[in-house]
Amino acid sequence: MTVRALRRRAVSALMTGLVAGLCLLAVLPLLFILGDLVAKGASSIDWHFFTRSPAPAGESGGGVANAIAGTGVIVGLAGLIGLPVGIGAGIFLAEYGAGRLGFFVRFVADVMNGTPSIVVGIFAWTFIVKPVGHFSALAGAVALAVLMVPMIARTSEEMVRLVPHSLREAALALGYPRWRTSLRVVVRSALSGIVTGSLVAIARVAGETAPLLFTALGNLNFTTDVSQPMQTLSLQIYVYATGPFDEWHRLAWAAALVLMGLVLVLALFARWVTRERYGAR
Amino acid sequence: MNILRLTALTALAVTPLPGQQVQLNGAGATFPNIIYQNWIITYNQKFDNVELNYQSIGSGGGIRQFSDKTVDFGGSDAPMTDSAIVAIQGNVLHIPTVLGAVVPTYNLPGFTGTFRFTPAILADIFLGKLTKWNDPRLAAANPGVTLPNTDILVVHRSDGSGTTYVWVDYLTKVSPEWAQKVGRGTSVNWPVGLGGRGNEGVAATVRQTPGAIGYVELGYALINKMAVGQVQNRAGNFITPTLESVTAAAEGAMADMGPTTDFRVSITNPGGAQAFPIASFTWLLVRKEYPDAVQARELVKFIWWSLTEGQAQAPRLGYAPLPKAMLPWVEARLKTVSAGGRAVWRGPAAQ
Amino acid sequence: MTSATTESVAPPAPASLRRRNRGDPLYRGVVTALALALPLLLLVLVAELAVNARPAMRRFGWGFLTSSTWDPVAEVYGAAPMIFGTLVSSLLALVIAVPLALGVAIFLTEFAPRWTRKPVAFLVELLAAVPSVVYGLWGIFVLIPFLRTYAVPPLKAALGWTPLFQGVFYGNSMLAGGIILAIMIVPYIAAVSREVILAVPASQREAALGLGATRWEAVWSAVLPYGRPGIIGAVMLGLGRALGETMAVTMVIGNRHDIGLSVLQPGYTMAAAIANEFSEATTDLYLSALFEVGLILFVITVAVNALARLLVWRVARGAAIGSKAL
Repeated sequence: MTVRALRRRAVSALMTGLVAGLCLLAVLPLLFILGDLVAKGASSIDWHFFTRSPAPAGESGGGVANAIAGTGVIVGLAGLIGLPVGIGAGIFLAEYGAGRLGFFVRFVADVMNGTPSIVVGIFAWTFIVKPVGHFSALAGAVALAVLMVPMIARTSEEMVRLVPHSLREAALALGYPRWRTSLRVVVRSALSGIVTGSLVAIARVAGETAPLLFTALGNLNFTTDVSQPMQTLSLQIYVYATGPFDEWHRLAWAAALVLMGLVLVLALFARWVTRERYGAR
Repeated sequence: MNILRLTALTALAVTPLPGQQVQLNGAGATFPNIIYQNWIITYNQKFDNVELNYQSIGSGGGIRQFSDKTVDFGGSDAPMTDSAIVAIQGNVLHIPTVLGAVVPTYNLPGFTGTFRFTPAILADIFLGKLTKWNDPRLAAANPGVTLPNTDILVVHRSDGSGTTYVWVDYLTKVSPEWAQKVGRGTSVNWPVGLGGRGNEGVAATVRQTPGAIGYVELGYALINKMAVGQVQNRAGNFITPTLESVTAAAEGAMADMGPTTDFRVSITNPGGAQAFPIASFTWLLVRKEYPDAVQARELVKFIWWSLTEGQAQAPRLGYAPLPKAMLPWVEARLKTVSAGGRAVWRGPAAQ
Repeated sequence: MTSATTESVAPPAPASLRRRNRGDPLYRGVVTALALALPLLLLVLVAELAVNARPAMRRFGWGFLTSSTWDPVAEVYGAAPMIFGTLVSSLLALVIAVPLALGVAIFLTEFAPRWTRKPVAFLVELLAAVPSVVYGLWGIFVLIPFLRTYAVPPLKAALGWTPLFQGVFYGNSMLAGGIILAIMIVPYIAAVSREVILAVPASQREAALGLGATRWEAVWSAVLPYGRPGIIGAVMLGLGRALGETMAVTMVIGNRHDIGLSVLQPGYTMAAAIANEFSEATTDLYLSALFEVGLILFVITVAVNALARLLVWRVARGAAIGSKAL
């Protein structure tokens, strides 16, 4: 073997090692973050943490029940608004989206996927908070729904597209109208994929803070009234992390651990739903 | 099908409870946030029929959201201007709740005593005219100590802040040159110095930089055990900033205010032998006229509770309580809150 | 998702059947209307921003982009420091993130043992699942103390003579913001680059290997050049994310209206300014100035994103790039 060939081999091995190292370095922060969340947050989590609202500032005890409930309500409501629109748009893109309109909508969806969430927040403020005259959970949910729609539209489109043609053709051949074919056969076969896409979108907006700053605002109390300001875990973490008390910092870590756990469970559940069919990528 | 079930569950969770609870939302100043959170949560636990909420979004935000009526009450460290009050047809009362003070803090390695500042020295340092810690004027104010030959490095807030407003309001009152060159504001065009964000930013910079001088809120300095200087007041005494000397400042300022005051007054550089001169009220903004009598009454009752029972929490959380002598004045203002033209609260006796 | 069928799917039903299907137009109408909600939403969003930004635009004109005075007391607003800070923090993030992300993409597609590919890819994607505010929390209490104690002193010792590393390290700084952003955008760039590399025809690689290239040479000289537009698109997609990221940056960047070269100094970004000051804005002009900041941010991110999509689509046609990144 010539020296040149040896050198080329060495370079190849070296670069392989380098990319492997870079890959390791990229994953490292995740391990650190998860480790810190557990190390700093786990000890503060007890039963009261889930069942109580915050204690008066400067006193210990208290929990984030209001924020957990608020996250559930706002994200649930955002799903109610965002899922039908997103899935509908996804079906359109998959079934009728071959033309110029389809291309345009697809492009808009992809561009909107990159819209800064803070901009969506001020949009919801001008659109709802200002005309209605007060901050509300509903305004926060609308902001989150706006973030969800393009994500869900694109994943739903792909999932519907993955359904084999033969299935559709069989249904059409049996005399099914196209709409029933689409809904009863195609969408149904793609359902697990659509659920996965929706769960992923929900997981992503569940951690959002910026769009809620001027919409849901935050609340010290436990409330499920969507016309009132409402606390979420993300807002609570922001307030506690930037506050002056060690007690608050402790609660911020615990709340972050809970939020991260929630997002992880949603993400893993999403994978599990489609574990066989589309998971192999 | 799973989606349907999820939808149904969510719909259930979303349905509001049929509550007879009075909801009162407030937002505004960050400085009193800690004690407001303490008061509100305690009060909510004590009285089931009310649900108060306060979110700290800054004084400017408090005034804006209050004026836009997106909140039921506001919080502010700076009083509303006359034009802002005209813009909302004068429908506002300023109710002082607690007092804050702004104190000079410094980093002088090897210096262990308490540094004494005269008004003129503070102004000239922040104007960039005094640049050495061993300047003869500083030495004259601090007799008997040896001062290092170190450059003075000014640190100020980089963000808009009520703390800055109080500090420069004081400098404006004591220094004609400051008044002419810089003036008042929540953020100003600083002649010299470095910026730090928030009390934390200023404190961190001062701590890391030998020869630095900055200003922070008293509560912050107390909690973090920072080196704070004495400031000479109008009566000529050098006063250590403490919660007591801040309350004394409000007592000293009462003579200038009079019982019919609207409380929109600056109390920097007040009279009073023991008054710390760089102090200020923080206010709750309350409407004179509310649409809903029940809501208005509950709000006033809460405020009265804060000003009486609630004041006991103040020192522990780093705030100076209002002088007791001021309570009758506030009570008179609160009695003017009305709904549909009728007063909603007749005073603590009738509660 | 890399399947290349973008054509419409169902063949037309025979005319005899079609007559019965009155549900079809209705169905098509409903899903079309839902799809049209997207462009409509975008339009309303832009219109809202533009209308509310008008007073500031009229008052300050183009000077808004170049002036660095941001004085709510005197009602003079210029966004140059925020635009500068947004660009610098994002570029700093790219400098750190691009090698890492490409490392991940290349390693996972070309070199990693098969059984490790899925779990490692999942871990990288999980980075995108960590909420922004959690990054901010971690930044304040873990990253900044780490930088202060271990990273900045040697950096200053080695590079303190350059203008980039001068001045007191406050903790909250451009450097902290850039690092947090880098961690946050790695999964996006990595996921899209990976898809792009997977979309490169196997023939490219095989041809290079057949000519006697080493595996690295095949990747470097055949696969990457073919996928270059897509990879540039992936990087721009990451840039788009970084530009608009709000909470984590707000919590660690220092929020100071100032233009400085040193990455140790605090800075500001457009998104952070809106988050901090939007509810604080007392006057209409102040609020309008913040809307204009929002509009500028929106226009920049949309332009970057649109360009990114077009580049990625050149390699992997029509794929919903990045939607898989969790």
